[in-house]
Amino acid sequence: MHVPFLARNARILLPLLSLVAILLAVFWLQPRAMSYVGLNLLLNLALPIAFATIAQMFVITVNDLDLALGAYVGFVACVGATWLTEQPLLGIAALAGGILTYAAVGALIHLRSVPSIVVTLGMSFVWLGLAILVLPTPGGKAPDWLRALMTWKTPFVPFTIYALLGLAMVVHFGLMRSAHGTVLRGVGGNPRAVERAGWSLLKAKMIMFTFAGLFGMLSGLSLVGLTTSGDANIALRYTLLSIAGVILGGGEFTGGRISPVGAVIGAMTLTLAGSFLSFLRLNPDWQIGAQGAILILVLALRVVLNRAEVRGR
Amino acid sequence: MTALREMLGKPWLGAYIGAIAIWLATIAFTDGLGGGGVLTAALSFATFSVLVATGQMFVITLGPGNVDLSIPATMTLAGAVSMKIMDGSNAMILPGLAIALGCGAGVGVFNYGLIRLLRIPPIIATLSSSFLFLSAAISYSRGLRIKPPPVLADFTTWILSGIPVLALVGMVITLVMSVILHRTLFGRTVIAIGQNARAARLAGLPVDQVRFATYVMCGIFAGLTGYLVSGFSGGAALNMGAEYLLASIAVVVIGGTSVAGGFANLPGLWGAAMLLFLLVTMLNTYGFGAGIRLMLTGVIIIAVITIASGRKTSG
Repeated sequence: MHVPFLARNARILLPLLSLVAILLAVFWLQPRAMSYVGLNLLLNLALPIAFATIAQMFVITVNDLDLALGAYVGFVACVGATWLTEQPLLGIAALAGGILTYAAVGALIHLRSVPSIVVTLGMSFVWLGLAILVLPTPGGKAPDWLRALMTWKTPFVPFTIYALLGLAMVVHFGLMRSAHGTVLRGVGGNPRAVERAGWSLLKAKMIMFTFAGLFGMLSGLSLVGLTTSGDANIALRYTLLSIAGVILGGGEFTGGRISPVGAVIGAMTLTLAGSFLSFLRLNPDWQIGAQGAILILVLALRVVLNRAEVRGR
Repeated sequence: MTALREMLGKPWLGAYIGAIAIWLATIAFTDGLGGGGVLTAALSFATFSVLVATGQMFVITLGPGNVDLSIPATMTLAGAVSMKIMDGSNAMILPGLAIALGCGAGVGVFNYGLIRLLRIPPIIATLSSSFLFLSAAISYSRGLRIKPPPVLADFTTWILSGIPVLALVGMVITLVMSVILHRTLFGRTVIAIGQNARAARLAGLPVDQVRFATYVMCGIFAGLTGYLVSGFSGGAALNMGAEYLLASIAVVVIGGTSVAGGFANLPGLWGAAMLLFLLVTMLNTYGFGAGIRLMLTGVIIIAVITIASGRKTSG
């Protein structure tokens, strides 16, 4: 069956176009951003946001939502800025415990069929509380190796861009192109069919939540590598940013319809939108509002493109 | 025996039992001191949670994916605009109320416009619009805190022999909403849409109109609560809605409403709202640090929900 290229790729085309548009707008407002240093400054916060967005995407794939992600990233950042530097073994154990907790949350959601929104809402209190216990006041110090990695001067383009590309590729091939990835996405699309075909839904949910915990951890570590100190509230806005990133990237809340490449692009777009608004010298009162307006604009465009996709079939 | 089993099967019972247990645990620690005062305070604060949660509950009942994240921004906007227009004058109390409700209704219309016309998923639509409304509130109020009219402040903090009058008003509203939910075409259509939107549409129910009305109603409840909270706490603050985002969703779910939609429960809202407030009070009374307090709050919320939903699936 032949499907026109444009229609086939509509899901990824719009996120890409939004990214290019906002990048051009930033360069137009601030031509000096078109350099190695400029790109680095613009995009370095995109990496932790992209990790968080991918983490959220794993949860959304199985039709759940993680409202604890921001608090969890903050917890990882606090562990990274304290235990990981002073007592690396304890730090590693705490991070591993975090990932195991994510797997357990996945199991709980499946076994007791409790809504993920509520369980993760409760978990957001738990992570925030743990983060405050680990690091009561903002401060601490990131391990040297982490800071060295995050400020690594790679050839041609900044490290962030290589890392973003690598992240998109790894998750794309793991989830979109592999046999196991297809089954895991199927859990979001038609769980009963997957179960009847002999796969364990419990295992699938636990695997997806484990990955969410893993990428959430990477988000927290990369964030603390950039900021060099931790704070329990450092990443609370990541919860909503990550959801918005997945949706901007062409993902949908149900049915396992997601796009890892799109999610990374969505995270980049959201990061750049922040810089764009500050370059605009907008009245600070309207900064948040403009972010909402950009989100609405992109999603409105998606309606138009989705119609093209439907017509193309 | 069957009556007892039926009562135990009520999904909202868990919330009430939890609330009573937590209250007993609190007054056991203080040797019975201040037990009544805690209940009075809990009723006052629970009223605000119940009001926003009532709107949220109707929205959630519409089915998966339906949730209103713009409640905090709506509360802030309605509170800021109405306080500024009333400017502390008793004569303006009713016009101020109308303006607050109008703000809420406007937010609801805008939200549903995004959802219906632009096909944006409700979570993202209400999230994006909340950014716009929060900006509008910041820009409009310029960070000034205007005192509410004295009569409004007195009314919202009026306590009659240990029971806040506001809580009584809230209970009357709950009763009215309960009739609307179970006895009117509108309420039953909301439930029908939540159970199967396609079947509801094929049965000829006015699905779009009812969804529209539900989002507008949720906005109106948020506007009303913003107005009352401003009166209660001596003026509108820009962050005054923040805690009600999580509270509105948690109260709905702990109260026994199905997050998958199609099943709503009003009496449970009061139990859940009391439970959440008493929980925080208890942890404060025990003198825990902020970290442990937050952690225990989360663990207890998850435990309550797990127990409550476990009974439903096994029964």
